[in-house]
Amino acid sequence: MTTNPTTHRPKKTSHLLVWGSFALVLVAAPWIFGSSLALTILSQIGYLIIICLSYNMLLGQGGMLSFGHAVYTGLGGFAAIHAINYVTDHAVPLPLVLIPIIGGLAGAFIAFLLGYVSTKKAGTTFAMITLGIGELVAAIAMMFSGVFGGEGGITTNRTYGTPFLGLTFGPQMQVYYLIAVYCFVCTALMYAFTGTPLGRMLNAVRDNPERVSFIGYDTQLVRWFAFIISGFFAGIGGSLAAINFEIVNASDALSGMRSGSYLLFTFLGGATVFFGPIIGAVLMVLASVLLSEFTTAWLLYLGLVFLIMVMFAPGGVASLIMANVRVARFGKLHRFWGLYLGLLVTGLVMLAGVSALIEMIYHIQLNAAMGPEVKFLGMQLDTSSAAAWAGAIVLAVIGGAALEFVRRRFARVWGQAQEEIETEIKRKEQAA
Amino acid sequence: MEFFTISLLNGLSYGLLLFMLSSGLTLIFSMMGVLNFAHASFYMLGAYFAYAISNVIGFWPALIVAPLVVGLLGAAFERFSLRRVHKFGHVPELLVTFGLSYLILEIVQLIWGRAVVPYGLPPQLEGPLFSIFGTQFPKSRSFIMLVAVLMLLSVWLLLTRTRIGLVIQAALKHPDMVEALGHNVPRVFMLVFGGGAALAGLAGVVGGNTYVTEPSMAHAVGPIIFVVVVVGGMGSLAGAFLASILIGVIQTFAVAIDQSLGSLLEKVGVQITSETFGAPVLQLTLAQVAPILPYLFLVLILIFRPKGLLGTRED
Amino acid sequence: MTYAIELKDLRKSFGKTEIIRGANLAVAAGERVAVIGPNGAGKSTLFNLISGRLHPTSGEVHLHGERIDGMKPYEINRRGLSRSFQITNIFPKLSVFENLRCGVLWSLGYRYTFLRFLSGLHDANERAETLVRQVGLAAKRDVLAINLTYAEQRALEIGVTIAGGASVILLDEPTAGMSKTETSHFIDLIREVTVGKTLLTVEHDMGVVFGLADKIAVVVYGEVIAFDTPEAVRANARVQEAYLGSSVADAQGGLH
Repeated sequence: MTTNPTTHRPKKTSHLLVWGSFALVLVAAPWIFGSSLALTILSQIGYLIIICLSYNMLLGQGGMLSFGHAVYTGLGGFAAIHAINYVTDHAVPLPLVLIPIIGGLAGAFIAFLLGYVSTKKAGTTFAMITLGIGELVAAIAMMFSGVFGGEGGITTNRTYGTPFLGLTFGPQMQVYYLIAVYCFVCTALMYAFTGTPLGRMLNAVRDNPERVSFIGYDTQLVRWFAFIISGFFAGIGGSLAAINFEIVNASDALSGMRSGSYLLFTFLGGATVFFGPIIGAVLMVLASVLLSEFTTAWLLYLGLVFLIMVMFAPGGVASLIMANVRVARFGKLHRFWGLYLGLLVTGLVMLAGVSALIEMIYHIQLNAAMGPEVKFLGMQLDTSSAAAWAGAIVLAVIGGAALEFVRRRFARVWGQAQEEIETEIKRKEQAA
Repeated sequence: MEFFTISLLNGLSYGLLLFMLSSGLTLIFSMMGVLNFAHASFYMLGAYFAYAISNVIGFWPALIVAPLVVGLLGAAFERFSLRRVHKFGHVPELLVTFGLSYLILEIVQLIWGRAVVPYGLPPQLEGPLFSIFGTQFPKSRSFIMLVAVLMLLSVWLLLTRTRIGLVIQAALKHPDMVEALGHNVPRVFMLVFGGGAALAGLAGVVGGNTYVTEPSMAHAVGPIIFVVVVVGGMGSLAGAFLASILIGVIQTFAVAIDQSLGSLLEKVGVQITSETFGAPVLQLTLAQVAPILPYLFLVLILIFRPKGLLGTRED
Repeated sequence: MTYAIELKDLRKSFGKTEIIRGANLAVAAGERVAVIGPNGAGKSTLFNLISGRLHPTSGEVHLHGERIDGMKPYEINRRGLSRSFQITNIFPKLSVFENLRCGVLWSLGYRYTFLRFLSGLHDANERAETLVRQVGLAAKRDVLAINLTYAEQRALEIGVTIAGGASVILLDEPTAGMSKTETSHFIDLIREVTVGKTLLTVEHDMGVVFGLADKIAVVVYGEVIAFDTPEAVRANARVQEAYLGSSVADAQGGLH
C-alpha cells in the first residue's frame, strides 16, 4: 500500500475544532478513564507526545534520522532534577511549574554544542554521528557519578517549597495536569513552527538540500537551528518525566535503547504527518505498560511490527489513517470492509499460531523449572507434547498463507481504487 | 617494553577484528548505499551459531558452516525485506536494518537466554602461542589475526581478479548500466549483502570464543564499527583499516594505563585532593576514560576533518 | 569595464584528468549567452565552477567584479547569481506555491526566523503568487511538485531560479527532454522572465540557441574557443571544424 501525498487546506473553523477537541481530551481523559493505572499511563503519554513531536521535527520535517535523541531528553531531565534539588536546598522561589523550562533550556544548550558537530553531515552519516555521540554522552555520564548518580540515579522531591496556587504537586492528578498543560502548549508551538520560514526551509532541506544552498540559505545552519529547537522541547519532555518519577537514572535516560524507542514509535505513529508522533507516543506507553504485562515477548512483537511497517507502510499508522480517509472521501471505502475483515481474521489466526510458538519457547527458556505447561489464551499448552508444537506451527502456516492471499487481493483492489481516485483528481484539475 | 609489545599485539588483534567487521560494513555501504545497522547482529549470530554447531560437530567445521548460515540469512533478508524498501530511499533502508537488529537481539535472547553462553575455545587454540618478555600471547588472538588477514586477502583477490568481482565493482558505480549489459544486478546486491553478513559471522565465530558470547555483544561492538567507518571515511576500505587499527591499538593501550591527569600533576609536585577544582575530571584514569576514546575520536574528526581520514565521498 | 561574469584562466582537474583547461570568458551585464559544445566538453563543469558547486584547481571567477571562486554556493547566490539544473531540482513534497515562496524568502530579508508566520509575510506571498502566474502554473498552485508533469516541473525550476531576483541567471539545459512545442513555449517563458538580466544557458538545441542568444560561447575540451555573435560563430572556421559541422546547416534551415 503506497500513499500519494495529498494537499490539504484546513480552514479556520476546522482548526478551532481540532485544537478544541485536543484540549478537551487532555482535560477530560482522567475522568473518562478513572483508574490510577490510567492516570499513570496518561501522564506518561503526555510528556512522550512532546518528546516524539520534538523527535519528528528532526526526522519527519528535517529528514534527519537521529539515533541519539535520548541525550537531550535525558540531560534535560538531569537538569530539571538538579534544579529542583538546588532550589529546595537554597530556598530559591522558583515554582515547580517553571522547572521544565530550565530542562528545556538545558536541552537547547546541549543541542547547540553537540548540534554543531552533528549537523555537519547529512543522511546516513548524520545518523551514525548521533549514534556515536549518544554513546559518548552515555559513557561520560557513567564516569561522573556525582552529577549523574551512577547506578542509583538522582532522586528528588517535587513537593518542595510553598504550594503554587494551592497545588503541591504531590498527588498524581496534579502532576498529570501540569504535564497536560505543557503538552498542549508545546504541541501548539511545534505546530506553529511548521508554518514559519525556518520550519518551511527545514522541509526544503529535507526534500533537496542542494537546491536550498542555491536559493541563498546555508543548509547546515537550517539544520543546526532546528536541532536546537528540537533539543529545547526534548528537554522539556525529559524534565516532565523526571518530575513524574522523581528520579533520573543515567543508564536508562541516556541509553541507546531509549533513543531507539523514540525512533521506533515516532516512525510507527507516522513521521510524514504532524499528528503521527502523537499516535506513536500513545502506542509507546500502551506497549510498554500494558503489552508487557500480556507477554514477555513484547519486544519481539514490537520489532516484527516495526519491520512490517517499514516495508509496507513507511508513513506509519497516521498515513494509513489518512489514506483510508482519502478513500472514504471519494466514496470507495465500502469496498474494503470485507477485505479488512479478512485481513483481521487471517492475521489473528497466524498471530495465534506464532505467539503460541513464541510463548512456548519463552516458557522453556525462562520458566522450565515450573513444569512444562504454559498458559496461553486461557488454555494450557504442554510444551513437552509434540501435538502442541505441531498445532501451533499448523495454525501459523495456514494463517500466514491465508493472510498473504487476502493481502494480495487487498493490494489489487486498493491499487485500483487509487487509480480511480487519481483520474478523478486529474479530471477536477483540468476542469478548474 | 613488555607492556608495550603485549598491548600492541592485543591492540592489533582487536583492531583486526574491528576491521573484519567494518570492512563488510564498508563493502555493503559502497555497493548498495545501505548502512547495515544489523551488521553487529550478524557478528553475534555468527558466534551463537558457532556455539550451537560446535557442540554438535566441533569448532573447525563450525568455522566454515556458521558464516555460511549467517550469509544465507543475510541474503534472504536482502531478497525478501531490504529489496522491498530500496525504492523508499536510504533512510527507510537504514530503518529496516535497524528493525532487523532489534529482531535478531530478541530472537537470540529467546533461544539462548540472556546470560553468557559457554562458547569455548577448541583445544588447539587454548594456551599461549609464544612468550615475549615474560608475558604470553594467546593462540586465540593470533588466530583472529590470521583469519582477518586471510579474509582480507581473499576478498581483495575476489574483487580484483575474478569476473564476479569486476561485475560487483562496476555495479557499485553504475548499476543501471551493468544491468543493461545483462548482469543480474539485484542478484549481485543479494550476494554482496549475504557476503558482508558472512564476513561479520566469521568475525563472530573467532571473536565469540576469544572474547565473550552474550546478547549484549552486538551492542558492545556495533557503535564502534560505525565510528570506525565514519572516522576512516565513508566508503573507504583503506580508511576503515587505518581507523580500526588506530582505535583498536589506542583503546587497548588506554585500558591498561592507570594514570590520570591528577597523578601526572602529582609527579610534578602539584597535589590534587577531592577539593581541587575539576577534581572529578583530573582524577579520572585513562583506563576509566578508555571506553569513550573512539567517540572522542569521532567528534575530533568531525570538527577537523569531516570527510574522514581517507574519505573521498562528498556526502 | 566590470563584467557580470568573468573567467580568468580557469582550470579544474579531477585527479589527473584536467577537465577545464584554461577557460577565459567575459560576459557583460544584460548579455544573453548560449554555451554550446560537444558532449563532455565541460559545459556543466563550468557552470558548477561558476555557481560554487565545485572549486577550481586554479584560475579566477568574478561576479560583478568581485572574486567568487572558492565561495560556498549560498554565498554566491546571495551576491546575485542563481542557477537551474539539468536534472530537475525542486522540492518534491512542497506545493508549487511553497516552492516559489521558499525561493523568495532570503532575497526579501527573511532569514532563519521562527518567530513569524509565513502566512503573514505579505511581500513574500505576493511575490510568490506573481511568480506562479509568470511560470504559467496558476492552475496547479497547490499541487505537490512531485505530481507535476515533466515540462511543468521544468517551468517550476525556472521559477525557483529567478525567484530571488538574481541578476545573473545560469540555466543548465533548460529544455532537455521537451517536445518541439513545449520547447518553443519554454523559450518564450525564459525570454520573459529574464528581461534585463544576464543569462547564460547551456543548450544543445541549435534552434533555441540562435533564437535566444545575443552571443554564443563555444566550449571544446575545457576551453572557450570562441565567444561572439551567432553569425560570427557560425562563420568561425575553428568552430566549424571542431564542432558545428552539419548541425549548423540544419539549424539555419529550421530557424523562424
